[in-house]
Amino acid sequence: MANTFAMAESRGGALRRVALEAVSAARALADASGGGEVHALLAGAPGIASLAPELGKYGADVVIVVEHAGLANANSEVLAATAAVRIRSGGYRAAVFSSSAQGRDLAPRVAAKLGVAMAADVTSFELAGDALVVRHPAYAGKVIATLRLTGTPAILTLRPGARAAVESAKAARVESAQPAIDPASSRVVVKEMIAGGSAKLDIGDAPVIVSGGRGLKSAENFKLVEDLAAAFGNAAVGATRAVTDDGWRPHSDQIGQTGRQVSPDLYVACGISGAIQHIAGMRNSRTIVAINKDKDAPIFKVADYGIVGDVLEVLPVLTAAVKQARSQG
Amino acid sequence: MKIAVCIKRGPDMETRFKIAASGKAVDEAGLKYDLSDFDGYAVETALQLNEKQGPGETVVISLGPDVVQEQLRKALSMGADRAVQLKSDSVPVDGLAIARALAAELQSGGYDLILFGRQAVDSANATVGPMTAELLNLPCATAVSTLDIANGRATARRELEGAAEVVEFALPAVVTVDEGMPRARYPSLKGIMAARKKPLEVKAAQLGEERLTLEKMELPPERAAGRIVGEGPGAVPELVRLLHTEAKVL
Ligand SMILES: Cc1cc2nc3c(=O)[nH]c(=O)nc-3n(C[C@H](O)[C@H](O)[C@H](O)COP(=O)(O)OP(=O)(O)OC[C@H]3O[C@@H](n4cnc5c(N)ncnc54)[C@H](O)[C@@H]3O)c2cc1C
Ligand SMILES: Nc1ncnc2c1ncn2[C@@H]1O[C@H](COP(=O)(O)O)[C@@H](O)[C@H]1O
Repeated sequence: MANTFAMAESRGGALRRVALEAVSAARALADASGGGEVHALLAGAPGIASLAPELGKYGADVVIVVEHAGLANANSEVLAATAAVRIRSGGYRAAVFSSSAQGRDLAPRVAAKLGVAMAADVTSFELAGDALVVRHPAYAGKVIATLRLTGTPAILTLRPGARAAVESAKAARVESAQPAIDPASSRVVVKEMIAGGSAKLDIGDAPVIVSGGRGLKSAENFKLVEDLAAAFGNAAVGATRAVTDDGWRPHSDQIGQTGRQVSPDLYVACGISGAIQHIAGMRNSRTIVAINKDKDAPIFKVADYGIVGDVLEVLPVLTAAVKQARSQG
Repeated sequence: MKIAVCIKRGPDMETRFKIAASGKAVDEAGLKYDLSDFDGYAVETALQLNEKQGPGETVVISLGPDVVQEQLRKALSMGADRAVQLKSDSVPVDGLAIARALAAELQSGGYDLILFGRQAVDSANATVGPMTAELLNLPCATAVSTLDIANGRATARRELEGAAEVVEFALPAVVTVDEGMPRARYPSLKGIMAARKKPLEVKAAQLGEERLTLEKMELPPERAAGRIVGEGPGAVPELVRLLHTEAKVL
């Protein structure tokens, strides 16, 4: 029996979905090791403690709350020091972080501070005696590596969406703690936080993603992609690098090896050729639809359903049909 | 500025990979190798900074067997001043072991700036940069898409999911380079000739204990072959029917 640590990521005073996934994964690890506790670290500006019960719902026995006015924005220097102190003293079997921008920045620092094994961007894991054995997509997702982490605590970052968060309600006890170093002394200072479109559904969270490539021909034509996303009601808009490079869409919309990695229920690729770097980011989507005028486009090799045709003609018709299907419930 | 760039050799990702008979590596036959993409950007970033702000020195470092000298020479032919190979029989999968060896080399180098790629093309870990920063106790900004340096201070933009932040820090510091930073230049003929005479030092890598090890490598399951539903707008009703009844996503 051993306790497991989880980092509960928040932004702007709200929990991110990856926080629930991390806590839920830590729950699974604790259960697999004979029923230890899950201790989740939640840090932010004063008031963040109100999110603790939500972490309990997903399996946290203890929520370590670190409230500080200087933590309104995530600060890796402070969070890494704080997490490391806790993990060092907690005797944990494993520590789960998220393979998000924040988690990728944080976990390696903690691993280096503690001198322990770390595996990144993990899609599945199991305990194997003293070791932790994990799977990690490498080579742009074209190869899956199985890795062994020796020694405790083992640190991992969990790929967003790879493992759904499952409810497992605990009445989480709240402990408060101080940041291990004063946020004011941090050497890297956040000067500005540039929020993405706040009303929009983030592509990491959306069950449906409608994504556009150079086949759309212009920034203006992305209206057709947005219309289809709106018709689904629960969709976000994504893009290829060709499109973000041309400035048709913001960099944050980019899906692929160097953009976001997504695994929605439905991915609709519109005018996208299907370069390996793009596929690396979306091949784990449950259902993939491709619309491309070239019947030999590589995207059709990963698509479940394809329409060969002009995306500018197909999209308005598809949007109308989706609207109608949804109105019929 | 004195800038160090840590570069990793990696295969071209357009390849159809095969797993080697050992089950523990990709089959190297026929693979083409280059600098890991972002490491190329990092070399370019260093060269541009020193070209604009000169005088300076750009040092490239790679850990691995002798084949990595190819990538070190390429960086020299792009314009880097000297190279260091931290020699090891193979490149460990344990990022912390790599970081330890890099930190040991970087420790006393007196670098103003140490650049990494955000992630290597093969391992795709994005861990070696921030781990090395931690071991060197230097400020660190990861996944940086713009970088401005003036008077010993750096301002960088970092892309977060659906948001971005602008951070500021003093040098010396560690930065990992992401999309948005300048793409690697092609070496000129003159550069290639000059690179032959530039110093490439070989030292033993001090890796220490490896706690992350490879059990096996395999190809992911192929996605079941999909189907073309039809052509043009006329195929939409059938697609919507399939999304509703078969895929159950509508
Ligand atoms: C280091 C590196 C990292 C990269 N990372 C990423 C990444 O993260 N994400 C990413 O997406 N890319 C990435 N790329 C780029 C990638 O290799 C491709 O260049 C890019 O994905 C192509 O985008 P695209 O499909 O929009 O454009 P194209 O490849 O130009 O394809 C356009 C497609 O639209 C079709 N088309 C044209 N007109 C129509 C029409 N009227 N109707 C229907 N179809 C039409 C064409 O048949 C074609 O298939 C990366 C590249 C490198 C080198
Ligand atoms: N063997 C190596 N030699 C030099 N630099 C490396 C090596 N491995 C990784 N790096 C650097 O660390 C970055 C991140 O690698 P990774 O953490 O493996 O994704 C790379 O882009 C390189 O800049």
